[in-house]
Amino acid sequence: MASGYEAVIGLEVHAQLLTRTKLFCGCATSFGDAPNTHVCPVCLGLPGALPVMNAEAARLAVRVAVALGLDVHEESTFERKNYFYPDLPKGYQISQYARPFSTSGHLELETAQGTKRAVIQRVHLEEDAGKSVHGAGGESIVDLNRAGTPLVEIVGEPDLRSPEEASAYLRALRDVLMFVGANDGNLEEGSFRCDANVSVRRPGEPLGTRCEIKNVNSFRFVERAIAFEIARQIELVETGRRVVQETRGWNERDETTYSLRSMEEAHDYRYFPDPDLPPLVLSRELVDRERAALPELPRVKRARYQALGLTPYDAKVLTAHPAIAAWFDDASSAYGGDAKRLANFVQTEALSGVTLRGLGAELPASSTQLADLMKLVDAGTISGKQAKEVYAAIAGTARAPAEIVAERGMAVVSDEAELTRLCERVLADNAKSVESYRAGKTGLFGFFVGAVMKATRGSANPEIVNRVLKRLLG
Amino acid sequence: MLKQPIAALAEKVRSGELAAAELAEASIAAIERDDARLGAYLTRSFDALRARAAELDARRARGDDLGRLAGVPIGVKDALATRGLATTCGSKILVGPRGQRWLPPYDATAVTRLLAEGAVLTGKCNMDEFAMGSSNENSAFFPARNPRDPSRTPGGSSGGSAVSVAAGMTPGALGSDTGGSVRQPAAFTGVVGVKPTYGRVSRYGLVAFASSLDVVSPFARDVRSAALLTEVISGHDPRDSTSAPRPVGAFVAACERSIEGLRIGVPSQYFAAGLAAEVEDSVRRALDAAAKAGATLVPVSLPHTEHAVAVYYVLAAAEASSNLSRFDGVRFGARRDGADLAELYERTRAEGFGPEVERRIILGAYVLSHGYYDAYYLKAQRVRTLLARDFDAAFADVDVIAAPTTPTTAFSLGEKLDDPLTMYLSDVYTLPASLAGLPAMSLPSFDAPPVDGRPSLPVGLQLIARAFDEETMFRAARGVERALEER
Repeated sequence: MASGYEAVIGLEVHAQLLTRTKLFCGCATSFGDAPNTHVCPVCLGLPGALPVMNAEAARLAVRVAVALGLDVHEESTFERKNYFYPDLPKGYQISQYARPFSTSGHLELETAQGTKRAVIQRVHLEEDAGKSVHGAGGESIVDLNRAGTPLVEIVGEPDLRSPEEASAYLRALRDVLMFVGANDGNLEEGSFRCDANVSVRRPGEPLGTRCEIKNVNSFRFVERAIAFEIARQIELVETGRRVVQETRGWNERDETTYSLRSMEEAHDYRYFPDPDLPPLVLSRELVDRERAALPELPRVKRARYQALGLTPYDAKVLTAHPAIAAWFDDASSAYGGDAKRLANFVQTEALSGVTLRGLGAELPASSTQLADLMKLVDAGTISGKQAKEVYAAIAGTARAPAEIVAERGMAVVSDEAELTRLCERVLADNAKSVESYRAGKTGLFGFFVGAVMKATRGSANPEIVNRVLKRLLG
Repeated sequence: MLKQPIAALAEKVRSGELAAAELAEASIAAIERDDARLGAYLTRSFDALRARAAELDARRARGDDLGRLAGVPIGVKDALATRGLATTCGSKILVGPRGQRWLPPYDATAVTRLLAEGAVLTGKCNMDEFAMGSSNENSAFFPARNPRDPSRTPGGSSGGSAVSVAAGMTPGALGSDTGGSVRQPAAFTGVVGVKPTYGRVSRYGLVAFASSLDVVSPFARDVRSAALLTEVISGHDPRDSTSAPRPVGAFVAACERSIEGLRIGVPSQYFAAGLAAEVEDSVRRALDAAAKAGATLVPVSLPHTEHAVAVYYVLAAAEASSNLSRFDGVRFGARRDGADLAELYERTRAEGFGPEVERRIILGAYVLSHGYYDAYYLKAQRVRTLLARDFDAAFADVDVIAAPTTPTTAFSLGEKLDDPLTMYLSDVYTLPASLAGLPAMSLPSFDAPPVDGRPSLPVGLQLIARAFDEETMFRAARGVERALEER
């Protein structure tokens, strides 16, 4: 850290849970639909409407908590966070405050100094607000499709010490949420949002005054916003000024942070237990069931891939998205052969054809097609080079690799009797060269091989051709 | 005709002896005759009423079973959402810039249940704004008046609903009771008002005042009719997370059980300083009648009673301050634009809410604010638990508790308007059962004798029972009613 300062960073992440319906009503969760089309009396906050908890959201929230090693409490409380804003229909957000459903977990992340364990203070459930769009003419319009979408807020301890660690934390967290199927990890669309608390101090000194940077929507910008903020705070301290506790925004254009509101202007949210909702009860059985059903988490997956002979780079590429990892895993088990060869093939040939969509993906070929193709190579039916041609032909279709091989007569000719007849014909057609070869021009051997391969349009098994030619010329 | 018991009226409609249309016309005639004087209705829905009555008669002609409330006209407090029928909650803030009142896109569950049993709606009844008040004078439109003596208040906040029944405009009505808002007007107007157990009736569609206390509550002229309405609107509703998933009791049948052997608790704290002599006299005579009919009177103590007013005005205000945040001028109702967002909120809410609502929002925001939460809100919650324990202890010895509903008879319009604290204190006997979530009701006791040549005034006897034991409450209520009839 510059000039003997240490940065102290804590992140708060809001992640939308991938439920079909909203947290307290039956409206569909959606993104990008016509404004105000997924709304009802409950999420519009109409007088007399009441919230009813979505059990699927509770289940997904528990899954997130157990994936991050948090203690899930059997009973927790929904509270109202009161403030006025046009995209907050009830004038309060239903959230958890004094008694969140889970506390005390951790997240492992890769840093330049190796693996680091960051502590997660709590994960709680809350509803999202709607979306305000501010027009150039000063008018604002509100879309309430998002209002009431279930969120988990994941509050990290201030355990991070650099912008790079902060971004590693976010990537690791996003990985976990995506691999357990709880969140689609889309920063741009705002389904995964981050607020960063940043302060600086000289090592060993008490914590400095912190600033909170709100809603930065890419990993790169989080890193830059934190770096800017650290530099700004160090500059203030160095020049004898004070860091003022405040909320700051991120200006993408200038890559600077700017003051949004000071502590004095901070809201008094007047939290109190929501009398419309009984305590949230999460049974031991539910927690155990979700823990047992946890899929392999990305860190474990990467370690397993490396144990199979993949490089750390391969492992990282193939676990970049749960759908890619699942594709590779399925192909690998259907194939049963050398995982590294499969990994190479996927990375060089197949990966570029994948289109990711949220947690899903459009894959250019099925795992079965991939496995069958690799098996044809292993069996010597086609060469590695031919495999690329076959893949190009099956990509985007449901056709079996073997069909292409048969159709194009690509199967390698390994019938020794047939190849012997072929070789005899080639030698007879090139009597002069045979004479020269026998006179000592052994360099011509390659010419004979080439001629045989040409005659079979490349489908002869080169090992057998070699052996037969040697015998006939010997 | 409209003063007959509800079951009898419904039976006549079901049997064809009486057309739903005739009943509807009788109700319309009564409202048109008296309501200009009494102010019970904020919105009349006579066209829809006639159309629905005609539809019911047609259905009956086809052989349909119209239900237990066949053709019975019901007035509905304006705090309950009614699909396509204006709903203002007694407030200007639900009246749009061109005078249009808010039209809910849905029916409250209690209303849906009434309609499913064949009831017809006469309109929306007057009330104190957002159910905040004890005299109906906080209505943003006009006060309702007591049919017995129109210079007096019918009580509140469900004043209009009480008047509709007391004046014979409808045989029944729906109100809502948060701290006594049905029992007190029932007592002041001489009808029966029932606050079921918290959680017994769905709150879905009831515009929230204090969510942990609000209970949709019916009025009727006699105990058995009130039991019938209570039975119809009760039951679990998946749209209200606080509604209890319990079977509904046989409330009507419970009315037929004798009160012989019933142990009636009489709490000393409800017969203390501040209780008007004529009210005490009336209630004691009614209890004596019950004792003569075979009930046993048992003195009980509810030692925390005196704190109920303070606890209630902290908790109800706290919840209200949050519940009323949605009235912000953005999506529905009144709106006054401003230079910026803050000004839009300030102007809309300052002009849309009346002084009592403003007072409670400010009080509620204060008790929830940083640094005061523990001293007010949390402490009030603790005392609320103590009040509930008082009842638990008392119910170890008795089946039901009897007390006056109110310390006085109906007071005059304007009498307490400038003195909110005195107005709050008039709820002292109804608040404890609300805070404990217990079923409670008011039924007419002996009238207080006339003073200075003015009309005699009704007195209410309050009965309080164990949670979800409305059956015992109705058994006791009908027993007292019978005993008073027989005298």
